[in-house]
Amino acid sequence: MIELELDGKSVSAEPGSTILEVAIKEGKYIPHFCYHKKLSIAANCRMCLVEVEKSNKPLPACATPISEGMKVHTCSKTALEAQHGVMEFLLINHPLDCPICDQGGECQLQDLAVGYGRSASRFTEEKRAVTNKDLGSLVATEMTRCIHCSRCVRFTDEIAGMQELGMSYRNNHVEVMPFIGKTVDSEISGNIIDLCPVGALTSKPFRNSARPWELSRRKSIAAHDGLGTHIIAQTDKYHKVVRVLPLENEAINECWISDRDRFSYEGLYSQERVTEPMIKQDGKWINVDWETALAYVAKSLNMAKAENGADQIGVLASSSSTTEELYLLQKLMRGIEVYNLDYRLTQTDFNLDTKQSGANFLGAGLAEFTANKSILVIGSVLREEQPLLAYKIRQAVKKGTELNVINVLNEDLLCPVTNQVLADPREIASILAQIVKATQTNNSEIDLSDIEVSEVAKSIAESLKKHNGHIVLGEMAKSLPNYSELVVLTQELAKNIQGKFGILAGRANEVGAALVGFLPYVDAFNQKTPQMGMNAKQMLEKPRKAYVLFNTELEHDSYDSKLALNALKEADSVIVMSAYKNSEMEQYADVILPITPYTETAGSFVNMEGKWQKFNGVTRPLGNARPGWKVLRVLANQLNLVQFGYTTIEDVRLEMSALSNPEGLLNNSLNSGLKLKLAKPKLDGLVRLGIQGIYSLDSIVRRSPSLQQTSFAQLPTLSLNPVLANKLGVKDKSTVNIEQDGKSGRFTVSIYNTIPETVVLLAANQSTCGFAGRFASITISA
Amino acid sequence: MIKKFFKTFFLLELLQGLRVTWRAMLTPKVTIQYPEEKTPLSPRFRALHALRRYPNGEERCIGCKLCEAVCPALAITIDVHERDDGTRRTTRYDIDLVKCIFCGFCEEACPVDAIVETDIHEYHGEKRGDLHYTKEMLLAIGDKYEPIIAKNRAMDHKYR
Repeated sequence: MIELELDGKSVSAEPGSTILEVAIKEGKYIPHFCYHKKLSIAANCRMCLVEVEKSNKPLPACATPISEGMKVHTCSKTALEAQHGVMEFLLINHPLDCPICDQGGECQLQDLAVGYGRSASRFTEEKRAVTNKDLGSLVATEMTRCIHCSRCVRFTDEIAGMQELGMSYRNNHVEVMPFIGKTVDSEISGNIIDLCPVGALTSKPFRNSARPWELSRRKSIAAHDGLGTHIIAQTDKYHKVVRVLPLENEAINECWISDRDRFSYEGLYSQERVTEPMIKQDGKWINVDWETALAYVAKSLNMAKAENGADQIGVLASSSSTTEELYLLQKLMRGIEVYNLDYRLTQTDFNLDTKQSGANFLGAGLAEFTANKSILVIGSVLREEQPLLAYKIRQAVKKGTELNVINVLNEDLLCPVTNQVLADPREIASILAQIVKATQTNNSEIDLSDIEVSEVAKSIAESLKKHNGHIVLGEMAKSLPNYSELVVLTQELAKNIQGKFGILAGRANEVGAALVGFLPYVDAFNQKTPQMGMNAKQMLEKPRKAYVLFNTELEHDSYDSKLALNALKEADSVIVMSAYKNSEMEQYADVILPITPYTETAGSFVNMEGKWQKFNGVTRPLGNARPGWKVLRVLANQLNLVQFGYTTIEDVRLEMSALSNPEGLLNNSLNSGLKLKLAKPKLDGLVRLGIQGIYSLDSIVRRSPSLQQTSFAQLPTLSLNPVLANKLGVKDKSTVNIEQDGKSGRFTVSIYNTIPETVVLLAANQSTCGFAGRFASITISA
Repeated sequence: MIKKFFKTFFLLELLQGLRVTWRAMLTPKVTIQYPEEKTPLSPRFRALHALRRYPNGEERCIGCKLCEAVCPALAITIDVHERDDGTRRTTRYDIDLVKCIFCGFCEEACPVDAIVETDIHEYHGEKRGDLHYTKEMLLAIGDKYEPIIAKNRAMDHKYR
């Protein structure tokens, strides 16, 4: 510890810390712009100049390391003079446009100018003007306001992982700009809006829509990935969410949020929001009141049960729904003896259903996971599936973690990858088997005699073994047709390396959905279910007579859009509880109950590490929509089910108190293994790679116009490897015919060499709605 | 002692007071025959509000909402949107004159001199709602009295 004197008070601090860090710790404020605790030190704004005794000029507090016996004066005459001087220089070129600036009211420069600025400018020369830069559809620029603190530049380099902004020119002509003709395309780019201490970078969707002081700040949890990001949703006087900001939480999202969580709010007020209960009568949709709608639903359920039996009802829900909703839905359905419940809409392999000994999760806490010195990620488009977790992994790699990847797409993870294997989706299991074999396994159930271990597999095995690594399976792995093989092999590998394994929850409440037993094979909190039900795949392959869809547009969310649409259109009765409708839904549904998205209901999510995070609605429901848990509660009363007398959300949570300490319920290991015989597969024909892109994840994100204009959303729907394209005689940007299981369509080809030669990347988005399996075979013809 | 007796005996204090009375009795009387006659008003007189325009017809208000924020009576309600040219403009600018206390803070806060208080104090409403002035009404007042408003601002300019 180093002893020093700060404004006459003697303090001790860690060696290597700077004056500014010590001051912040001591609760002393030193004005600053360029310093940010998560970014490297630049010391280029000079606002934090302080007087240090025995130094002949003021020193920048952010960049001056402390030393023994140092005497620092943060507000002596010299220090204040220096700070006033710097402020005057900063304001020389800064326009006086606070009234039209979106940052006005929450601007650091504005605040500090009150304390350190002069009442009038002495600068009579002409101010400079800088042309605005196009940074894409999310960030608006007003570069004349820039004070060149370089926070945004350092952010793109150090946090987002790719340098997308830089400082050009010198002296008075210095400008922050992106590469010529490029925009800022990072999946976490929105954070530069928060970082900018002035109004140079502001939010484009929010632009000119409100002033910061008139907004209410409400805490919530982000609903678009499994990390459980803490957010602040800001609502205006009309109770409309107009902006989403990060809420600092060092353990989860630190001070960042992904663009998906930040800008998805635009989708909340889409034209397709349902605000009144609707019933289809003679092919026409009519708005009805809630009593009529709920009575209708209760009657339909009773009729479906009486006519065809309860096992003819299939219940499918999205795991972006809150825990309370999923808990009540399964309780209600089990109450009327319907056991066909599933949230795993994209999964295709359910062989392990009865072998699970608990709910799947990350396998460890987030801190433990990122502190691991060796990580293996299998089958995940990491930056698109987990924008913030990808950042956390990048930071871990900086600290020495070895990142190993088995993937289909050659995704640029923006950090050094120790070992990477790229393969056809059909080969992933055999590659994993190589690694298992390289760790000298002896499991009589897994036959690896035909597997030849490659060098890279050995290298991955070594890395994992050395550090007792952590293995995770991504969203893509989860939807592969041989997912169960992957899990068995992963468990075997984790056992051999004495490490941990888990899954990456791609949706907000995947772990929560499993915990509350929204599954065909287990009841809530790992209780035995009275009867086994059908899983999501069986429900579609053996079409049911009636379906209940909760918070999902199945034609977009299911692993097989075609199958889902067919099953729904053939069904006698389709009850939809959703916040949104679309033209397909209007065809197959019989009744639509408008439930609210996560901003308008109290609820909770269990994040990928198993942490139960509750939140309240940030605003009132739009129109006549009602929170899902209330709808289910009243519906249960209509069905004369007992034990549904909840009056508040707390009553529901009381029954779910097991979630506050879920360690005993979270378990990735299997009760019993599978008999496996693995060999290198023969790759016959082409297989589709149906990746659900970052901005087509759920109903809200799909309807957010700004996100849909980003370069991620504009990625081509159909892409091919150049070798495959050559073989097929297809040129870049030409239109080809794609056929899959009877459904065909014409798409423009883009050619990338990041894709294996045996796959056709046909993304699962709005334009491919109606196509069959996401990882099924596909044919392509010019 | 003698001084006090002298004062009391000759009722000097009473006469001192009466002097004011006599003087008032002898000065000429001024009665303003309102509304035919009117007293002159200060250029700072604060009465009915107006929204001003630039000489080229562009409305001054940029929707910064500072007047709404500063209004102690919460009499101002503003909604803004982004106009096609990318500037922020008001879609709604209401002043409830029943709530307004005519403190003039809105005028002080306005960075572009858009909202001003004119010296028009002879207005009325027959129903309560009549005193709820909308953007169109305020702009109309501004358009109509712009010469007077500009003159008053010019006169007061050096003190502001």
